[in-house]
This record gives sequence, structure tokens and C-alpha cells, in this order.
Amino acid sequence: MEPVWEYAPAPESRDIAGAKPSYRMFVDGQFVEGAGEPLKSINPATEEVLTEVSTASPSDVDNAVKAARRAYDKTWRKMPGNERAKYIFRIARMIAERARELAVLESLDNGKPIKESRDADIPTASAHFFYHAGWADKLEYAGLGADPKPIGVAGQIIPWNFPLLMAAWKIAPALACGNTVVLKPAETTPLTALVLAEICQQAELPPGVVNILPGAGDVGAELVNHEQVDKIAFTGSTEVGKLIQRSLAGKGKKLTLELGGKAANVVFDDAPLDQAVEGIVNGIFFNQGHVCCAGSRLLVQESVAEELLDKLRKRISTLRLGDPLDKNTDIGAINSAEQLAKIRELTAAGEAEGASRWTSPCPVPERGFFFAPTIFADVQQSMRIAREEIFGPVLSVLTFRTPDEAVSKANNTPYGLSAGVWTEKGSRILWLAGKMRAGVVWANTFNRFDPTAPFGGYQESGFGREGGRTGLEAYLDE
Amino acid sequence: MSERIDIAKTYKLYVGGAFPRSESGRSYQVTDSRGKFLANAAQASRKDVRDAVAAARKAFPGWSGATAYNRGQVLYRVAEMLQGRREQFLNELAASEGVPVKRAQSIVDTAIDRWVWYAGWTDKVATVLGAANPVAGPYFCFTVPEPTGVVGVFAPQQSSLLGLVSVLAPVLAGGNTAVLIASQDRPLPAITLSEVLATSDLPGGVANVLTGRTGELAPWLVSHADVNAVDLCGTPESQRAELERSAANTVKRVVPAPAHEPDWMAAPDIRRLRGYLEPKTVWHPMGV
Repeated sequence: MEPVWEYAPAPESRDIAGAKPSYRMFVDGQFVEGAGEPLKSINPATEEVLTEVSTASPSDVDNAVKAARRAYDKTWRKMPGNERAKYIFRIARMIAERARELAVLESLDNGKPIKESRDADIPTASAHFFYHAGWADKLEYAGLGADPKPIGVAGQIIPWNFPLLMAAWKIAPALACGNTVVLKPAETTPLTALVLAEICQQAELPPGVVNILPGAGDVGAELVNHEQVDKIAFTGSTEVGKLIQRSLAGKGKKLTLELGGKAANVVFDDAPLDQAVEGIVNGIFFNQGHVCCAGSRLLVQESVAEELLDKLRKRISTLRLGDPLDKNTDIGAINSAEQLAKIRELTAAGEAEGASRWTSPCPVPERGFFFAPTIFADVQQSMRIAREEIFGPVLSVLTFRTPDEAVSKANNTPYGLSAGVWTEKGSRILWLAGKMRAGVVWANTFNRFDPTAPFGGYQESGFGREGGRTGLEAYLDE
Repeated sequence: MSERIDIAKTYKLYVGGAFPRSESGRSYQVTDSRGKFLANAAQASRKDVRDAVAAARKAFPGWSGATAYNRGQVLYRVAEMLQGRREQFLNELAASEGVPVKRAQSIVDTAIDRWVWYAGWTDKVATVLGAANPVAGPYFCFTVPEPTGVVGVFAPQQSSLLGLVSVLAPVLAGGNTAVLIASQDRPLPAITLSEVLATSDLPGGVANVLTGRTGELAPWLVSHADVNAVDLCGTPESQRAELERSAANTVKRVVPAPAHEPDWMAAPDIRRLRGYLEPKTVWHPMGV
């Protein structure tokens, strides 16, 4: 297909990120060298080493937890809510002030397109702090009694797909409710969390209230099993979520889990197809499909399946894949070689199991971790690409005839994080929304997030919610 | 004239709205607090657990899909039936817990009142826990709590009626279906309660009650992949950590067992209701 428009490159300058040659962990209000093996953070779009980051050893984890405990006992839990709020408001503002720098750094470290880090990740992260700041002195209205209490020290472990945004989702409600935190960013994307640490320092947040420990899974395990951690909040794979739930068994610690998904995006024959195409594309190709709530299973009513697939292929052919820092880029780099290998393995399984593959003919850069947008048609429910989370720009298309069949296929998964529905008929939307076993249902839209809107899963997509009044329950003692 | 001989009751399981004996053919002796024989109760097996879970799953769409008003009426009807059987519960409670009559009266009355309290929650919980979310964009966004699904409940071992009601009613009020394992040594009030449920318009399978050895049944119920949540209240302490580990295999919601059985006479809050509810957030664009 001939390109509709020619684009001149419009790259954001990487200097804006202010990436430093090395980063250190943040404990008790100070940046300190960790005793763990330093990790090298890679720019997934070029495979170049971006910077070196020190990581935590078991004794560093212990120090950070103790600092968080001291801050909790001596300062934070005693501080009136309206004073806590001021610090959290400051953080919200400072993220907004450094939004451009953070966006470029995020795209460099993660590989996501600058237009997404600039327009979604960073502003939403700031919004989460702003929203939760306002709760800090209103917790008696949260529906958990007249004088709800914080839990204590929260250990928080976040994934690499939305590094700063996930840090905000975790830290903001914890702080608003009076807890202190030790947060472990993902091994491949620690940088923006460490800039957030700098912001905490500049906001004069009392030392120890927020501690940030880069490292791999072993640091997370150390944190999960530390005796002085009262609550664990984890966002990541269902596999690791189960390990964490197992290791906390019988210990009486609070736990919230936000895990994987295999969301159904259901398109009825009366749907506005052009609008649906935009929603489907956003649902699966936003953030290279590295989204736990991605609309990775498209369920189309049989009578419009051909037409919709044609429109989808045309639209997807126009998506621009490449330099994450280019403002015209729609699809950036896959975050790591490991993730790219997983996507390749599952797409190979899709072909082997007999699904029909179509991959966008877009040019793919020679260096870096890239995967061209791909659609599988003729997918059966038993195939791996219909059951397993691919976490990449790969859409599996299934068909249905009746609304009941759509519901049973949509719910035929152990996951239950999100779902989508496209139809012009209001009563059908509300009917289907009620039938979906999923924590978030997007109707005639997809992948919308807001700090006021609770987010989280059913079944093996985890438990607990983030955002809204409901989200506070995860950080208040009952 | 000779004294009339009472008709002794057979105590059975309650599964899918029917009263079967255990498929295993096993039973065990139930005695009163002084060791005097009361009855033979059915000793449920792994297969009975699986049948009960299947019945609960089958009943879930109907019960969770019923209107909150309807669920409230059905549960209120249960309270009416409880009231009608007050004397029977008094006798069974006094026998199994060995409490004086006055105390037994107060426990039974509190249990009935508690059931009414939960019955009234069915059509309020969405108002209290749900929300219209003021998102920063042209969308209508709301959150409603929905039932978690099939809940495995281990009734308290000591409080055979009030404790039982306190753990079962919130599960049902939220729109979930339940598989309940009764107090091992004090199962009679639970069986009588299931007779009440069977005659109260509660659809078969919404609540299933098994009697038997808690420690034997617990691993099967907690590891069952079609169970979404478990209340470990009445499980043996020695098994709890392992049961929680097993629950993690399918990311079940776990209401952990308290270190000591609480004072069930204390006024309840909505914690237990909330434990078996999943907030669902729905978005739709606004525009002309």
C-alpha cells in the first residue's frame, strides 16, 4: 500500500531527558550507592546502554524498610492529613513542571512513543498525585469508619510498561492514607522512578517516607518477605502475583495484586465500524500492546468480520513504527529482548496452531527491539494466542453470532481485568457490561484511565482496586 | 396411656437444593456438650465438595442476576422462617453449645436479627460502595460492586448458629453463591438452617451446606479452581498457611481466619460484604 502521507522526522531531543551516566537508589531521603550488582539500563530502540543504575542488596532492602518504618512511626502517620496533602500536591506540581524531561526519559528507557509518554503517562501520573493529595485530610469520608488508620510500611513492586505512572498509582494513595513506602521499579525501567525520588527530595518530603530500590526480582522477593513490611502491592504478571500470594500465605500481611489480562473487545454488527477500528487499534497497539488491560482478543460479529478486518488492515498499515522519540511515531520499541522473544514465541505458536497471520508491511528499524503490528484471524479459543497474554502488538480475532455467544467467549478465560464493547445500542451496552466478568468495561472507547476511576481485576487478574474512593481501601487498615 | 415416641430427625447434606446423604455413605456421631448422642450427621467427601461447587456455580448466574430487591425479599423470607423455627434452634443450640436457655435465646434472636440486617443490604451496597467517577474527559464513568462468584465458607467451629449466620449471610447478600462447611462438632443448627433456606424461595444451589471433617474437606474446597473466594474462619489452625498457599494457585480472595473466634454478638460492619464484591468500572463517551 502506498503511504497516504509522507512524514518528515520530528524527533524530540534526547538531551531533554537529562539522562545521567549513573543513578543511585533512594533511601531515607538520600541517594546512596546500593550494594547489589549494578544494572545497565538499555535504550530498547537502539540497544545502547543508557546509563548504569545501582541496585539493592538484602541489607539495602532492610535499611530502606527500617527507614520507612522510622518515618512512619516518627513523622508521617502522626502528621495531620492537611499537612501530608501539601507534600503530595507539591509532588503533583513538580511532575507537571518537569513533564517534558520525564516524558523523554520515559521514552528513552521504556521505548514507548513520545506522544504517549507526553500525553498519557506523565500527565496522568501528575493527576494521580493531585487527586490523592486531596484525600489525605478527608479519609473519614472514605467509607471505612470515622477514623481510618494507615496500615504502615507498604512494599510496592511495579512493572516496566508504565514506569512513572505505575509508581504514581502506588505511591500517591499510600502516602495520602498515611503509609510510608519502599518501591521497587522494574529492572529494565528504573529511571523515571529515580527522578520522582529527586522530586520527593526537592518537595522536602520527610526522609524515609518514600524509598526507591532498583533491582531485579530478588529485590522484590526480599521486600515481600521482610518482616517489617505490613502491606504488599504488586502490579505485574499473574505468574509472579501467584508466587507473592503464596509466599505471604499465613503471614497476615495485606496484599493487593494487579495482574495480567486477556481482554475481549466485542464488536457488534451495528457498531460504528470506523470508530471501532480506532478503538481496536488503540486497544491493542497503545504502548506496543504492553498493557495488562489491552484488548488482545477481538470478538467480531460474524456478519461484519470481513469488512472490519479489511478496515483494520488498512488502518494498521498506516501506523508508523520506529524511533520512540519521533513525535509522529505510533508504535515504539518492545521494552526488552526477553519480551520480544516471548512475543515471537507466541506468534509462532499462533501460526503453528493454524491461525492466519497478517503483519503490517511497515518498515522496521534494523537496530533495536521492534515488532510490527500483527493480526491473527481464524483464531480458535483453544489456541495459545487466544488464552495467553502476549503483551505485545498482536491481535487475535475470533467471531461470534449471538450476544450470548459473545459473552461466553469473552468470559472464557481465567483472567478478568478489562473488556470492550462496540455497539450503537445503549441497552445492549449495559446488558453486556453487566455480563462481563471484568473489572473495567470500556463501551465505545478503550484504554481510558483516570485517578477517580477504580481500576483492577476479577479472578486471576488480581484483587484490590487502584483509583477512586475504592482504591483507598488498599491502604487503610480495617 | 403411654408417652408418645418422638420422630427423630435425619440430618443430611444440602446440595443444589436437595438433601442427599454423603455419596461416600459415611456418617459420624454428633453429641451434645456433655457427650450424649444427638444424631448421626453425614460425613461429606471430596466428591460431595465438587458436587456442591458445581451446584453453586450453576446457581450463580440466576442469583447474581436477580434484582437486588428480589434478593432482599428472599433473604428476608429466610429470616421469617428462622423466626418460625426459633424453638428448634433454641434446643439445638442449647444442646450443642451447652449454654443456658436465656443465653441461647439471646444468641438465636441475634442471629435472626443479623440475617435481617444483611437482607436489607442487598439493595444498598451498590449505593454505598459504588460511585459516579468524575473523570477528566467527556465520558460517563461509574463503578458498581458485583459479586465475586462462588465462595467457600468454613463456618466457625464454636458459634454454631450466630457465627454461621454472620459468615454466610454477607456472602449471599452480595449476590454470591456459597459452599459452606458446617462446624464439625456442632453441625445441627447448620443443617436446620439449610432446611430453612430450602423453604424460603432461595433458589437451589445458592447455598450448599456440607457436614463432616473440616480438615479433610478444606484442601479440596480451597484448591477447587471454580471457587473464587474462601473464608477460612473455621479451618484448623495447623492447616491455614497451607490453605492460603493453595488459594494462591488461582488468585482466590482469602478472608483469613481470625486468631481467636470473635465475639459474634458484637454489631457487624460491612467488611464481610465488601470482601466478596468486585468493583466494576464502566466507561462510555459523551457527545452528540
